[in-house]
Amino acid sequence: MQFDPFVIPFNIGLYFIILYCVGTCIVWFRDLSRPDKLRLQRGFFGRPFVLSIREIFMESLIHRKIIKVNPVLGYMHMSLAFGWFLLIVLGTIEADIFGESHLNPPYKAIFFRFFNPEHRAEGFAMAYSFIMDLILAFILSGLMIAIIKRFWSRIVGMKKTTRLKTLDKIALTSLWLIFPSRLLAESFTCGAAGSGSFLTGSLGSFFAGFLPSSDLAYPFWWLYSLSLAVFFILLPRTRYMHIPSELFLIFLRNSGVRTGDQYGSFAEAQVYSCSSCGICLDKCQLSSSAGINNIQSAYFVKGLKRNDDVYDISLNCLMCGRCETACPVGIELGALRMIQRRAGEAPEDMKTIWSGYMRERNQNIRYGSNNYTKVYKYLKPEIIDPATEVIYFAGCMTHLSPGIASSMEKIFKASGVNYRFMDKDGSVCCGRPLMLAGKDREARELIQHNSSAIWSSGAKTLVTSCPICLRVFTESYHLDVEVLHHTQFISRMIEEERLDLKFLNQTVVYHDPCELGRGLGIYDEPRKVLYHIARYQKTSFERENAHCCGGSLGNIKLDSRKKTAVASDALNDLIQSAPDYLITSCPLCKKTYRKAEKSDTPEILDVAELVVKAISEPGRTEKLHNKKHHKEVIYVEAK
Amino acid sequence: MKNFGFSSIKPRVIDYDRNNKAVSDYILKHEPSFALCIGCGGCAATCSAARFTDMSLRKLNILVKRGENDEVRRLMNKCMLCGKCTLVCPRGVNTRNVIFLTQQAFRKLDNYAV
Repeated sequence: MQFDPFVIPFNIGLYFIILYCVGTCIVWFRDLSRPDKLRLQRGFFGRPFVLSIREIFMESLIHRKIIKVNPVLGYMHMSLAFGWFLLIVLGTIEADIFGESHLNPPYKAIFFRFFNPEHRAEGFAMAYSFIMDLILAFILSGLMIAIIKRFWSRIVGMKKTTRLKTLDKIALTSLWLIFPSRLLAESFTCGAAGSGSFLTGSLGSFFAGFLPSSDLAYPFWWLYSLSLAVFFILLPRTRYMHIPSELFLIFLRNSGVRTGDQYGSFAEAQVYSCSSCGICLDKCQLSSSAGINNIQSAYFVKGLKRNDDVYDISLNCLMCGRCETACPVGIELGALRMIQRRAGEAPEDMKTIWSGYMRERNQNIRYGSNNYTKVYKYLKPEIIDPATEVIYFAGCMTHLSPGIASSMEKIFKASGVNYRFMDKDGSVCCGRPLMLAGKDREARELIQHNSSAIWSSGAKTLVTSCPICLRVFTESYHLDVEVLHHTQFISRMIEEERLDLKFLNQTVVYHDPCELGRGLGIYDEPRKVLYHIARYQKTSFERENAHCCGGSLGNIKLDSRKKTAVASDALNDLIQSAPDYLITSCPLCKKTYRKAEKSDTPEILDVAELVVKAISEPGRTEKLHNKKHHKEVIYVEAK
Repeated sequence: MKNFGFSSIKPRVIDYDRNNKAVSDYILKHEPSFALCIGCGGCAATCSAARFTDMSLRKLNILVKRGENDEVRRLMNKCMLCGKCTLVCPRGVNTRNVIFLTQQAFRKLDNYAV
């Protein structure tokens, strides 16, 4: 049995972190709801398990998604994660083959060189130590990028990097120390013994020339062991907890568990899986345009983790979903924010006495007050006379840009659809704005009111012009009608050849509204319509990468000046190619962009308004001709 | 005293010294744009809830500033937070947040001090 006292810190750290992770997994599993537990059990013996292993390999080790977004950053993460993984696996095999016995304790693999300094360079052993050196060099190259990134983040293509807390800094330092100390320790040992490959061997013989290698090696082995121990012991309280919890999260997600509307162990697993990589910081328009730098998802999740009161942070967000699409871990950031909005402000005693005590905080989030009285008693049930094919719900925002509603009416008439304008005299809100403010129960009342009106109409299709309404209709209403956005409806009319449109010889760029695009995944239908009637110009902000206009109802706290700042930045990006029209399909986006308009801004229109321009009226030219003729007649008569 | 068929009416004096202005202060602290309101009434004209009730944000703002909290309490929950008023406001007051904060302030007032 080979043993030395310096392996003790490493062993303490390792067994502590293993026990901690197993314990956390058990607690999280216990807190899952019963259906989720069943999902997990089913997932364990089926396809999800295989999928999870694949995803863990691709995302947690290779970091494919980060490489796609930013190759340098991806390489940094890959070298540290995948390199370390290889070092452990190959190190274990090395210890097993070349060590004095089989099935060694873990520390043998980590400190293999210390116990076998004479491990000579011959044949297979030489190739093996070459591979081990190569991996170590791979990790060290990534570490170099990490250090550069911490101080000059722009070099790796990141405008901002996350701010760290003291504990994070200590953990980070210990992580940075692990591999250089291993390199030096191995080099000194190899230098003294005259072994090692291209990295440790040559560095060792170089040092052996002028330094007492055999004396220096031992302190560095201690440093290596200590930095590993510090890293492992601090892991649960720092952002590096994401390493073990992401594995659990991937497995949960592949088994079909979702965040839902309450804070549970899945949400907690997501919170701990956030690595504070900072990719969301660059995506946030509040940071790039409005100069708000403390509400981004990385900080929000960090606040949740540290059990701070994140209510204000959760409200100050456009809910555009740009960070969620960019998140390499795939955390459902929008859903997490909504949970906090619903939970409301933490009471004073929760902020102080129980701070840091997670369980109690969860209890508070789970149970709101139960004494709820109806608020919107003034709403009397509406009944819509039946026998209409389609009913049209314009929505509050459309009433503020009435051009869209009147265009829709023209389109309905032109395509010969029997429709009814449900909220012609002004609408009852759909409920989504209340939900975004965290007032779900109040929203329920409005949902009930609108649902009963829609049910009474007996229509087959509900068309709405507002993506905000559309989202709540599809997600939270229980309707037996088909819910369509007006762009979907128009594209269907074109396909069925009920709407005869001419080609406008003009260029358009299209802005994807957040709720329609990232929220509901409707990207193709508006484009189909635009391809049909105009020259479509692509921008760099298509589909998932689209900007938010800044006017979102998701943000209650943002003041109008900052909203306009976000809008004008987004507008400038969109109209780079100087198109004839900027087209969007959301009345709120249109309205917000209008506020940020400058003299050189092209006309901002809704898809419906552009379609109306393209409706070819058979009688139109004739009428004009008649008018001219009529004038001539009068002229002749006057003569 | 002889009753001539008249009764004494309640005084309609707004006493700025005695009225509780805590709610107004709370809103101003968290939403400074509240001070920009000129009472034009654009918000009240576009209000979704005004179609059914006597909800008027302009009125509510004035009442909050005067500290006439009973009437504010009655009005504030009629809002559907749809956000139309914010879009029409010519002064850029974040009216949606004003209502949100009013409701929050009263909730706090009921539970503990603002």
